[in-house]
Amino acid sequence: MFSKLKQLVVYTLSPLLLLSYAGLSSAKEASDSGPEGWGLLNLPVGVSSLSRNSYELHMILLWVCVGIGVVVFGIMFYSMIFHRKSRGHEPATFHESTKVELLWTIIPVLILIALAAPATTYLVERYDTGEADIDIKITAYQWKWQYEYLGEDVQFMSELLTPESAIYGESPKSASYLSEVTEPLVLPVGKKIRFLVTAKDVIHSWWVIELGVKKDAIPGFVNETWVRIDEPGIYRGFCTELCGKGHAFMPIVVNAVSEDEYSSWLADKKVAVAAERELAKKVFTLDELMARGEAAYNRSCASCHMGNGEGVPGAFPALKASPIALGSVKTHLDVMVNGVAGTAMQAFGGQLSEVDLAAIITYERNAWGNDAGDDPDKIVQPVDVLKFKQGQ
Amino acid sequence: MAHGPAKGIGRWLFSTNHKDIGTMYLWFSFSMFLLGGFFAMVIRAELFQPGMQLIRPEFFNQMTTMHGLVMVFGAIMPSFVGLANWMIPLQIGAPDMALPRLNNLSFWILPFGFALLASTLFMEGGAPNFGWTFYAPLSTTYAPSTVNFFIFGVHIIGASSIMGSINIIATVLNMRAPGMTMMKLPLFVWTWLITAFLLVAVMPVLAGTVTMMLMDINFGTSFFDAAGGGDPVLFQHVFWFFGHPEVYIIILPAFGVVSAVIPTFSRKPLFGYSSMVYATSAIAFLSFIVWAHHMFTVGMPLAGELYFMYATMLIAVPTGVKVFNWITTMFRGSLTFETPMLYSIAFIILFTIGGFTGLMMAMAPVDIQYHDTYFIVSHFHYVMVAGAVFAMTAGIYYWLPKWTGKMYNETMGKAQFWLSFVGFNIAFFPQHFLGLAGMPRRYADYSLQFAEWNMVSSIGAFMYGAAQLFFLYNVIRTIVAGEPAPQEKTWEGAEGLEWTLSSPPPYHSFSTPPEVK
Repeated sequence: MFSKLKQLVVYTLSPLLLLSYAGLSSAKEASDSGPEGWGLLNLPVGVSSLSRNSYELHMILLWVCVGIGVVVFGIMFYSMIFHRKSRGHEPATFHESTKVELLWTIIPVLILIALAAPATTYLVERYDTGEADIDIKITAYQWKWQYEYLGEDVQFMSELLTPESAIYGESPKSASYLSEVTEPLVLPVGKKIRFLVTAKDVIHSWWVIELGVKKDAIPGFVNETWVRIDEPGIYRGFCTELCGKGHAFMPIVVNAVSEDEYSSWLADKKVAVAAERELAKKVFTLDELMARGEAAYNRSCASCHMGNGEGVPGAFPALKASPIALGSVKTHLDVMVNGVAGTAMQAFGGQLSEVDLAAIITYERNAWGNDAGDDPDKIVQPVDVLKFKQGQ
Repeated sequence: MAHGPAKGIGRWLFSTNHKDIGTMYLWFSFSMFLLGGFFAMVIRAELFQPGMQLIRPEFFNQMTTMHGLVMVFGAIMPSFVGLANWMIPLQIGAPDMALPRLNNLSFWILPFGFALLASTLFMEGGAPNFGWTFYAPLSTTYAPSTVNFFIFGVHIIGASSIMGSINIIATVLNMRAPGMTMMKLPLFVWTWLITAFLLVAVMPVLAGTVTMMLMDINFGTSFFDAAGGGDPVLFQHVFWFFGHPEVYIIILPAFGVVSAVIPTFSRKPLFGYSSMVYATSAIAFLSFIVWAHHMFTVGMPLAGELYFMYATMLIAVPTGVKVFNWITTMFRGSLTFETPMLYSIAFIILFTIGGFTGLMMAMAPVDIQYHDTYFIVSHFHYVMVAGAVFAMTAGIYYWLPKWTGKMYNETMGKAQFWLSFVGFNIAFFPQHFLGLAGMPRRYADYSLQFAEWNMVSSIGAFMYGAAQLFFLYNVIRTIVAGEPAPQEKTWEGAEGLEWTLSSPPPYHSFSTPPEVK
């Protein structure tokens, strides 16, 4: 009976083991230089007082649990070894003792009180969001983050950089697969940074484990949290609240730099923002808009309306031959800038520049066989978008 | 008709017999267990390696959602209702349940509820994809149109649970044999009585939650939409006011099973019976006042967060009492290790590990790091699978000879146990590491540093899945070709009224009430 079973187990497991070996060696080649693979066992200590306190409490709890476990399971295994019927052990008959019951009620209560003390201190510290040096507004969208440096007139979107082909195995996976973004959040070390977290569509959650910060981004509400980063470095995080099909594909990257580097980065960024604004006054050709529009469409629209403009039946409408893409420019602008209330269509007016909005609209009106003929409405210029926004 | 089952399909369709209905509940829940397990296998197969190989992310979300819903509402809950139907009349000395027609109805609406839910897999827009916790507005404004089927499914399942619970309460309070006072009830009956009260209290809350969703989606209200003056966080408060008692609804009957099995194979009475009853009641009470510990990252005020942290920590006390009582029952007993005992011992060890991680998660400042990661996934599978499902399996091996009059094959039972035990731990222990290292839950794909432990976890999951088919084989083999079980006492150390009846028990269980001294 048993030898047969053993054979069965060996036969079923051996292909799995082989498979796992093959899979592991291929995954190894591509992985990061940080903690990885088999070595990933515990919380990182992190680089802020918040993460260090979490880590410290985590380790206290872990050892308390191990201690209790050793005692409790120790007694259990002692019984299992020495109080077996096969050893001829006769059962005792005792079945209650108020004294013992009281004892094992009171001791856990004392342990809990001891644990509650550091937990309370650390929690109070977490809630101290006052007197920040820098305010960053984080706005979550399906499926990207927007960072706004309050009072600095700087804001940008941060989206997944990993190409779809890498996800579907058509191109190699880089070391930072699914942990890389188009533009990281740049923060100075040593400053108290306050995050104001919100969302525009569904609930998301902004988490960077090494900063010890996780806060839900809730549409219609603004949550506050804070961090003071101690060491420069690249810190990667994830969205931790299920937010739809792109949930696993909206990572976070924080680039913590020295104060000087931060100031010069911020100055450069402001210049770039001004240049982009200047661009909105330029008149573009159809080809320029189509080229820019295709790229911007694939970044911001294709995840729902698909690259071929056919949408997803039952969930996301097609744009190919759609009445909106072929109808009046005003409606098209309205949908793009203000979104459609009660649906998944976001208001892109605050997310994208006028140039990108104009390019996407032009692209949608002329791609996939959509043809407005000689209609002057086939081209929408950034100025038109600007006028529409100011007019409403 | 009065002295035996009806012939043909009518026996099952129109049954008012507690044993037949119990059997149907058990088979229904096992089929749901296999369906939910199949979804889990799809999930683990996709997560075997980084990158999307088998399915697309939108379908992955449907799988995680359906896995959770089917396992919680279709597998675990009805399985314990089935066990209650079978065992409560036998254990209290009653001829049947108090409300037999209600019993028939509460079972027969279940398949329709799940047919509604499962049919969405084949509809345009797909099955629910917003997680088994279905947080608004992902489940309202942003949901596929099939969400309405999900809502009606939940209503039906909830109605079934409420009817089943009313029946259990009525039976336990009214149908006990003379001399069977409340403090003589077997613990399985006690835990179910308390569970039934929890169900009656919180299933209407769930029904209210999905009804508010229905209104938001179809009738222009804004309960959960901030733009209309509502609040998405309100959804979470209402959901978890149901959801937290729900996890005790699942685990309390499991406590009852283990409290029957451990004394039998220790050949020693259960230690601290009355403290077990009080501890169960305390857990049930606490379950109503700790719900927001699922929401430590939503931005509650400090005072609220502190309160929910302290209240949650308290649960460790009565739960600890139960574990200490079981172990003291084993201490200086005369132990043997048949399959039900192996499952019960595994239950105590693994459930306690789940309890430890539960205590860790109660601590708000560090739960910020654990929240919504694989650490949580690991935690609740330790209490749901190694807790509820292991106890259920223990109960089936334990009472199967009583139900069928036939004995399962002990060697096959033990082999099945070890495959389950090893597979389970390979699947779920590494998920602690994944969560602590930073892998969020409900991720269709992940970064490369998580590859190794995910692969291990998938291998364990396949093993555990295979062990359940093995279990099905063991049960069918027992029914079809098992050796006759020893009459009356199958187990040397078993106590209780069910062991005074023949195996299988007569159609009307106790037609004259037994006397309980």
